[in-house]
Amino acid sequence: MANIASTTASAGTEVTARALREAVFAGLVTLGLFVLFVGLKTDQNIRNELILTQRWGLLATFVIIAMVGRFLMVAYAQPWLAQRKATKAAAPEVVKEESFFSRNFSKIAIVALILYPPVILALTGVQGSLKWVDNFGIQILIYVMLAWGLNIVVGLAGLLDLGYVAFYAVGAYSYALLSSYFGLSFWVLLPIAGLLAACWGIILGFPVLRLRGDYLAIVTLAFGEIIRLVLINWTEVTKGTFGVSGIAKATLFGIKFDASKDGFAAMMGLPISSAYYKIFLFYLILGLCMITAFVTIRLRRMPVGRAWEALREDEIACRSLGINTTTTKLTAFATGAMFGGFAGSFFAVRQGFVSPESFVFLESAVILAIVVLGGMGSLTGIAIAAIVMIGGTEILRELTFLKVIFGPNFTPELYRMLIFGLAMVIVMVWKPRGFVGSREPTAFLRERKAVSGSFTKEGHG
Amino acid sequence: MAPETSTMTKDPILKVEHLSMRFGGLMAINDFSFEAGRGDITALIGPNGAGKTTVFNCITGFYKPTMGMITMRQRSGKEYLLERLPDFEITKQARVARTFQNIRMFSGMTVLENLLVAQHNKLMLASGYTFLGLFGFPAYRQASKEAIELARHWLERASLIDRADDPAGDLPYGAQRRLEIARAMCTEPELLCLDEPAAGLNPRESHSLNELLQSIRRDTGTSILLIEHDMSVVMEISDHVVVLEYGQKISDGNPDFVKNDPKVIAAYLGVEDEEVEQVIEQIEEIEGEQGGIKQ
Repeated sequence: MANIASTTASAGTEVTARALREAVFAGLVTLGLFVLFVGLKTDQNIRNELILTQRWGLLATFVIIAMVGRFLMVAYAQPWLAQRKATKAAAPEVVKEESFFSRNFSKIAIVALILYPPVILALTGVQGSLKWVDNFGIQILIYVMLAWGLNIVVGLAGLLDLGYVAFYAVGAYSYALLSSYFGLSFWVLLPIAGLLAACWGIILGFPVLRLRGDYLAIVTLAFGEIIRLVLINWTEVTKGTFGVSGIAKATLFGIKFDASKDGFAAMMGLPISSAYYKIFLFYLILGLCMITAFVTIRLRRMPVGRAWEALREDEIACRSLGINTTTTKLTAFATGAMFGGFAGSFFAVRQGFVSPESFVFLESAVILAIVVLGGMGSLTGIAIAAIVMIGGTEILRELTFLKVIFGPNFTPELYRMLIFGLAMVIVMVWKPRGFVGSREPTAFLRERKAVSGSFTKEGHG
Repeated sequence: MAPETSTMTKDPILKVEHLSMRFGGLMAINDFSFEAGRGDITALIGPNGAGKTTVFNCITGFYKPTMGMITMRQRSGKEYLLERLPDFEITKQARVARTFQNIRMFSGMTVLENLLVAQHNKLMLASGYTFLGLFGFPAYRQASKEAIELARHWLERASLIDRADDPAGDLPYGAQRRLEIARAMCTEPELLCLDEPAAGLNPRESHSLNELLQSIRRDTGTSILLIEHDMSVVMEISDHVVVLEYGQKISDGNPDFVKNDPKVIAAYLGVEDEEVEQVIEQIEEIEGEQGGIKQ
């Protein structure tokens, strides 16, 4: 007994000694790496001369962080992980009963989203709610809808589309131009914008039918750029880089959201505030998202949805089963583009202003990143990825306390893309198939078993 | 004994006439003609690289032949010229289904879903090209129930029913072969083309494959055209064997005839140097006889 205790004790001191050794080593490496980067800084003095500022304190902070981190890692984290692994291996495999929360996740999420604006309104007041409903709610939901739309093309049909933002642009400009030139209302133009975007989806679809993989990606990328360049250069219609401004707002059954006598606030006896319009828009985009999800879920159980997934798995086998791959691909492009068009016209009505600036390649990349991070084909995973990615970048604006640590010149928003990229790398290492990597089968005989991500293919383009 | 070389089948389901396929300078198939009888199991054999799969690809529309005519005659009497149809129409209209030498499955979809994808065209029509189905019309629900029943039927036949809800990629090799056949049968074909269905199967599995193929023919009346290297399968189940070498037909007849045909033996086993002349003589003799018969 005493013997065992002494051996564990000696093992403990051994680990601590090793941790100290490695901590010193890590400190030396850090010192070597950062002595010129951090310890010394070239600067300009008041007479425009180059001088060397010494920052030994900062360097010491770096070295200490590295040493402490390495020590904790070796002394505590690694034994703990090893122990956990051992207990996990020793414990018999228990079939985990799905909790109530995970079983009803989507229902709970929808209820939470419906309750979100009133709760925010109650917590932060009318003016305070603006930021939370608009920047977080609406902004995230637009990306959720775009990513769900792209999911049809990339996640289900396996066609890599790098120019998805083109359809977003088509939708936005359809609404902006048709409403300002012809004075049509949002509710008329919403379906029209969707249809126009779907037409452009087919127009893009035709030339790329024969292309696969990288070649398809490049052509769709080019298509996105073409649309943007047309919007910039066709100045007579689109006003070029100045964009279209003063776009009409949406109305609720003809009730306007403005300060007039028959506006929404006056009719309801509420104080005049733009917050009500934002809340209306929140419910509007929530409704559009729900339609997208509903249609996607329904389509997956239709022959066309199954054909999309079969196309992703094996195109030649599809053709041998009598599936017309041409129309199948075109319907995937058109359906995906249609949802992009809806989201675009919503974007125009929310901003009241559209310009080609909003439809750069980066947007396509962000939407695609959300789809890939979420897990191709999974609506839940994609929604989570959109919240993490878009909500995360918005949260960075809120982190003003970081200025206390890094100095008043530090603006966390500037590190947005850095953190974005880092997060993507981490998620892809940790979950290579995205947040939800498994696939729900569309039909079953006895029990519905999720198909592991290791069997599904990404498609060949 | 009059050799059974008459290629005139009474009621051919498939007639391939003067089929040639050229890839650049390579003549993969050269003036190849044969017929497959209705309700027969026809085997297409030959050494590696003889052009068997190319013939299959021409029949199923994956290649467009350089020359020749492929006529598919359905039970109803309707005729289709397969070389003129795009590949998916050959399955959809002419009702010719095929499997592949290297299995092509939808591995991320369940076994049942694989069979449902095969019933795409039927379900597409029932769902009113998606629009009626999207709004939950009962016609689609009925059709999808029937589709699942058909899938269940073929899963039972292929003894895959216990794995119906598992991903297809998770099945062992032999089961994947059977799944591919079941999937092809779900398109309700009149002619089933199998590209090496017994490749990689152990003797027990290839025996059960034989039984599956024979039961398919017996119960559905589907004619079968197969490429095979496994002679135990070919000789046991086929009614008619066509031998291909270097893109040309070297023998055509019932299994016994083909087995004893010196040209086939020479093609498969090769011949000793001193025997070459003897074999050539034999071949010439037979060809003379054949010529006599034809005249």
